[in-house]
Amino acid sequence: MMSSTIVQDIIHQHGGDKALLLQVLLAVQDADPQKYLSEESVNEIARILEIPRSRVYSTASFYSEISLQPRGIYLIRVCTNAPCENAGKALVLQAIEKELGIGAGQTTSDGIFTVECVNCLGACYMSPAIKVNDVIYGDLTPEKAVKIIAELRKEYQDGQNTSGSCI
Amino acid sequence: MNKMKIFVNGQEVWIEKDSTVLNAVKQQGIDLPTLCHHPDQRVKANCRVCVVEVEGVKNLVASCSTKVAEGMRITTNSPRVRETVRTILELIFADHPHECLTCIRNGNCELRQLASKYGVRDIEGEKANNIFPQDKSTPSLVRNPNKCIKCGRCAEVCHHTQNVGILYSHNRGTEVCIAPEYGKQLAEVACVLCGQCALVCPVGAIHEKDDTDLVWEALANPHKHVVVQTAPAVRVSIAEEFGLPPGEISTGKLVTALRKLGFDQVFDTDFTADLTIMEEGHELLQRMQTGKNLPLLTSCSPGWINYIEQYYPGLLPLVSTCKSPQQMFGALAKTYYAQSSGIEPKNIFVVSVMPCTAKKYEAARPEMNSSGFRDVDAVLTSRELGRMLRQEGMDFQKLTESEFDAPLGISSGAAAIFGATGGVMEAALRTVYEVVTGESLCKLEFSEVRGMEGIKEASVELDGKEIKVAVAHGLDKAKKVMELIQSGKADYSFVEIMCCPGGCIGGGGQPYGTTNEVRAKRIEALYQVDENMPVRKSHENPAVQDLYRDFLKEPLGELSHQLLHTEYRNRGLSIN
Ligand code: SF4
Ligand code: SF4
Ligand code: SF4
Ligand code: FES
Ligand code: FES
Repeated sequence: MMSSTIVQDIIHQHGGDKALLLQVLLAVQDADPQKYLSEESVNEIARILEIPRSRVYSTASFYSEISLQPRGIYLIRVCTNAPCENAGKALVLQAIEKELGIGAGQTTSDGIFTVECVNCLGACYMSPAIKVNDVIYGDLTPEKAVKIIAELRKEYQDGQNTSGSCI
Repeated sequence: MNKMKIFVNGQEVWIEKDSTVLNAVKQQGIDLPTLCHHPDQRVKANCRVCVVEVEGVKNLVASCSTKVAEGMRITTNSPRVRETVRTILELIFADHPHECLTCIRNGNCELRQLASKYGVRDIEGEKANNIFPQDKSTPSLVRNPNKCIKCGRCAEVCHHTQNVGILYSHNRGTEVCIAPEYGKQLAEVACVLCGQCALVCPVGAIHEKDDTDLVWEALANPHKHVVVQTAPAVRVSIAEEFGLPPGEISTGKLVTALRKLGFDQVFDTDFTADLTIMEEGHELLQRMQTGKNLPLLTSCSPGWINYIEQYYPGLLPLVSTCKSPQQMFGALAKTYYAQSSGIEPKNIFVVSVMPCTAKKYEAARPEMNSSGFRDVDAVLTSRELGRMLRQEGMDFQKLTESEFDAPLGISSGAAAIFGATGGVMEAALRTVYEVVTGESLCKLEFSEVRGMEGIKEASVELDGKEIKVAVAHGLDKAKKVMELIQSGKADYSFVEIMCCPGGCIGGGGQPYGTTNEVRAKRIEALYQVDENMPVRKSHENPAVQDLYRDFLKEPLGELSHQLLHTEYRNRGLSIN
């Protein structure tokens, strides 16, 4: 759950400008621990900007950059633009989907991974590329992708264990 | 010169400069197909069925969104145009349930009519399944998203005319849908159930909840004494259900038709409209004496009540506590009328014929049962009554005229104009003026509060004191007035609000084809009804005088409070 003050602050930073709705939505999504736009956030934005909820939702549901579902701890964005496509994105995506047992646009049931297809990540020089949260991985092969997932899993489990050992 | 020369199918014609191609062609007696276009709305140009050829332009152009230009050569009847229109229709149908036979709009669906006109015979592609559930969450409306052609007419009226913004376009590409956010049902959002969306929908994707079976059943039940009341607005619109031009006054035929349907008594909501004026007029006088809770806001429009309960709950103390005429009628039918006729209230079934979908919700409110029984048992919209009369095989035009039954069918001209924006105000002023001054008005017409202007203001001299009044219709205008009141910038004493544009005659349950032009004609007809009445002031209605003498005793008395008044509550942003 996002606190209402964070939403208010973000809207304030955007000058309370209705015309900047999309930017507000993106910023609120970014600030959300689950990296998505929750219904509470949609309602809060609608209330403060005095826009009907249906219109806030309309914008949110139109742009692929905005997720209306909670996303995993690791958000894997797979580039589907032409250069990556030509460099073998399809096999990479397939490998990731198979490894995680989910399709693009979905989140694993343990809430750890989300896979999404996006346009150019600005890493065309090392296509095919993916981005996991803020880190870009390039020149991928299906094998490399599977390895990255294994590493992320380990990283997550180590994190869990350390926090566990603190008790 | 305000006109320019253009050519339509080779013929030279002179057209207003600012005109659209669509209007220019229509003026030549050529009816172009349209779906997303609506004469009272902004141009949306998303359906493309209105295309024509323009010389020198490679692609066909949408006539609804293209302005005429000097010397323009327009062709509407080429094979290319015809085939394109047919293809567009086929594409729409390929993604549409093939259910015309059982569809509520079968007979007046704009899409179906075009398909018939353009000879759509084959539909490519799979028949779309009913993948989306229907929304039957409210007593007023049914949404069937499977039949939605995404024309956007409902969203436009909901966002602009009503400014509540419930229905809107969501998602993108093939997943676009017109719905409340998160695909919620109407009962879960702050919809006011005005039905304006249903009124403009060209197809069967939003429509009134049909209660005709409920009424047929009651009529067939020998143990039920079924009485009917008709709202003022229905008498000037029901003829349109039978193809007659708007603005026909058909009170007498309507009464005959209802009697032929088998109602035991045919009464008139106008009777309780007069009663409302007595109660609300005295409420106004009381508040002006104490200076508290001013301005008094009218309460007869249930869409408006749904609005203020959700959007301006802080202003609820200003709203008149009077029930609407529909509900007052029900309460009296099951008490006053039950007693005088010796019929047990539990055996009386009250039906009302209303121009309104929100009236169905109002009748279903749990607090509306002051006799111990539900005030009003079933509400039919004008469209549903049209349907029943057609099922009965009635030739409306050929009906003779007859009169409402007494006493709940006796009314004044002041009650008739309740159906038009400004009418409640005018009716109230006629009575309040005479009650306060003890003098009789030499001129009954308050023309400042008449007409289609969105917000109307007037000041009236009452016993040497100047009072200011305002009238608004359509919720966008109501909102503006509420903002003024909330910010303390308004010094009105009395404000009339009607949820629908034009007032009840423009309600969401009225015959299809209701445009602002049609609304203006119905309004004119209602003022004519008023002029033709022998009694034109509510307090002079003899049946209302009897009611007070024999039953209620006095306006705002104990019995009035029990039967005719109600209370409101803050609902938050959801009608349930
Ligand atoms: S909405 Fe019109 S086209 Fe669609 S099923 Fe109903 S009548 Fe047929
Ligand atoms: S009934 Fe009125 S408020 Fe509700 S969706 Fe339709 S137009 Fe909007
Ligand atoms: S519900 Fe009706 S008016 Fe609204 S977009 Fe769909 S077809 Fe058009
Ligand atoms: S095309 Fe894939 S990163 Fe630019
Ligand atoms: S009527 Fe012109 S584009 Fe729909």
